[in-house]
Amino acid sequence: MDFGRISRRHLLQGSAALTLGSALGVRSAAAADMTIGFIYVGSRDDYGYNQAHAQGAAVLKKLPGIKVVEEEKVPETDAVEKTMESMINLDGATLLFPTSFGYYNPHMVKVAAKYPKLHFEHCGGLWSDKDPKNAGSYFGYIDEAQYISGIVAGYSTKSGKLGFVAAKPIPQVLRNINAFTLGAKLANPKATTQVIFTGDWSMPVKEAEATNSLIDQGVDVLTCHVDGPKTMVENAARRGAMVCGYHVDQSPLAPKAYLTGAEWNWEALYPKFVKMIQAGESIPNFYRGGLKEEIVKCSPYGEAVSAEARKHADDIKAQLIAGTYTIFKGPIMDNKGKTVIAAGTERGQKDPELEKMDYLVEGVIGATS
Amino acid sequence: MTTDVAEPVEAVAIAPAADPGFLQRYGGTIEYILIPGAALVGALGVFGIFVAMFGKNPLDLYFYMYQGAFGTWFSWQNTLTRAAPLILTALCTALPAQLGMVIIGGEGALLIGALSATSAALMLQWASPLAVQLAMACAGMAGGGLWIMLSGGLRQYRGVNETISSLLLVYIALAILNHLVEGPMRDPASLNKPSTREIGAANMIGSIPGTDIHWGLVFGIIAAIASYILIYHTVFGFAARVAGGNIRAAKIVGLGVGKLILTICFLAGASAGLAGMVEVAAVQGRTNANLAAGYGFTGILVAFLARQNPLAVIPVAILLGGISASGGLLQRRLDLPDASVLVLQGIIFLFVLASDALYGRIGFLKGKS
Repeated sequence: MDFGRISRRHLLQGSAALTLGSALGVRSAAAADMTIGFIYVGSRDDYGYNQAHAQGAAVLKKLPGIKVVEEEKVPETDAVEKTMESMINLDGATLLFPTSFGYYNPHMVKVAAKYPKLHFEHCGGLWSDKDPKNAGSYFGYIDEAQYISGIVAGYSTKSGKLGFVAAKPIPQVLRNINAFTLGAKLANPKATTQVIFTGDWSMPVKEAEATNSLIDQGVDVLTCHVDGPKTMVENAARRGAMVCGYHVDQSPLAPKAYLTGAEWNWEALYPKFVKMIQAGESIPNFYRGGLKEEIVKCSPYGEAVSAEARKHADDIKAQLIAGTYTIFKGPIMDNKGKTVIAAGTERGQKDPELEKMDYLVEGVIGATS
Repeated sequence: MTTDVAEPVEAVAIAPAADPGFLQRYGGTIEYILIPGAALVGALGVFGIFVAMFGKNPLDLYFYMYQGAFGTWFSWQNTLTRAAPLILTALCTALPAQLGMVIIGGEGALLIGALSATSAALMLQWASPLAVQLAMACAGMAGGGLWIMLSGGLRQYRGVNETISSLLLVYIALAILNHLVEGPMRDPASLNKPSTREIGAANMIGSIPGTDIHWGLVFGIIAAIASYILIYHTVFGFAARVAGGNIRAAKIVGLGVGKLILTICFLAGASAGLAGMVEVAAVQGRTNANLAAGYGFTGILVAFLARQNPLAVIPVAILLGGISASGGLLQRRLDLPDASVLVLQGIIFLFVLASDALYGRIGFLKGKS
């Protein structure tokens, strides 16, 4: 049998014919001007990282002429290369969003080089001149939203002890922990953040243990940076602690305990990308932004947030949106007493030094290794 | 499954009868094709019912499964790429099974093999690519082999259950990998995805010419055939099967059981270690947490479905590769969750295990008229 002779046209005819009789016929047969593929590393209803992207994909589905295909739980191996190619060859996808960090190099770079006419957009990667021109990486300065969460947490804590359930001591995570702590200290100079690293992105059992252990030590407001905050949020709320969310709005999981949260705003960014491609513009290969660029946002305040906290947080938020506020402004000491950002030095969001962060600021209890 | 798969076992499975006829000579072989085949059809039938309960058309399901796994040349490549590591990791369970041992730690051997291979490549950066590749293969096999030999040695000299020890060694291997990748072996440039340095593009082993399938498939097929010859056509293999049948009898006739166990465990680990080397040298180009993608665990399933026959491992690995290749299409076209592929694997596993009871009980296959 020579399967090689079956062309994509035959295949589409075959699949269209087969689906015509079924309920799926309407969807498959409708001609789409553009097919977009989304690939997730976990499940797309995880109340976390993957759901944030899936919400962005859901907005695209509503646009006319756009068809979205999705695949979840794709490992960061050559499986993702095959998934991308399958979306290209079998579904006709021309724009792909492989959303997990580990998809970037070598996998997406390889497939992008193989299909130079298609668009590839990756979340979190660091695109460089050596990478294909049809590939791009985008990410958000979500530490701005974490900073706002920190302010709210600082006002809301009674014990002055905050907790942070984190995955790995890598720069993106450390930056969130530090921003959260700096925000909290703005509200309550004596506040401390105790951090526990679970070692990986999705470790529900360890996340629950970390949450319980933090609360046992007197922590009364928690946040996290793991792929699925659901475990932390539900456990903390059950124990009577308050939470700041991450990735998406987790307030439905804990309506009373939810203060605010640092969310991605892919619902705003993805339609922007699609419009740029449809208009024939090129998306900058290296795309970054924060609250101002609407790449990240803060969850609406929960009922437990005081008026004072709201006012202070809103004020800083307005300055961040206006671009007049710097979070990492010297002097900043790490939690070992060393000056990491000297007095008079301001490290703005786009400062590459911040992408290499390897310290925890004063006020964080924990170690990077 | 080819005819020569079952022939040697035939003698054991089928009671010799008086007159040699076609059915009598080949009945056993037919049985070995018919029963797993029927189990597979039964499993697909049950899965169809399961899918129908979700309101999807089972005929669509079968069509997409065929299309995603074997329907086009692209699908075939997708399937074979996914099957490649599974053949090697399945041998890690199938070989010790000849001795009556249940080793389920192929994942650990794969990780250690990958680490060893990467270390070898990083130390030999001055050498020619061929030398580096050979050194990587040797280091990967030695690393993986010694890892499973640990389980064999613990069982032989300390009476530790090899199933438990090999499983626990997976977690130790993962911890070692994470420690080295995040610590001593970390490439300082790998900021948000701790990884070792890259082995270098020149040292990658590439794909089989004219395809996208990496050489791991060829290594796997060679290893499977070599294992088959070793087990069924050498004195060593005979001794191993004797020891597997009755360890006391083997000791009484003077077989060196300890040596057998250590050698077989080494070979088993070496094949999983080779899978790790291939993942580094053909796919990832370096070692990081992406390597723990579960190939070692799927390999256990493959080995059991192949009834521990090294040659049957090849078609079974291709079958499971095909199921995982078509999983994406099921998600995209039928909106089934990723877990549905796991459900199908589970159903197949149950059916094949249950079908074990049928061997030797199908009357007409025994040549009785």
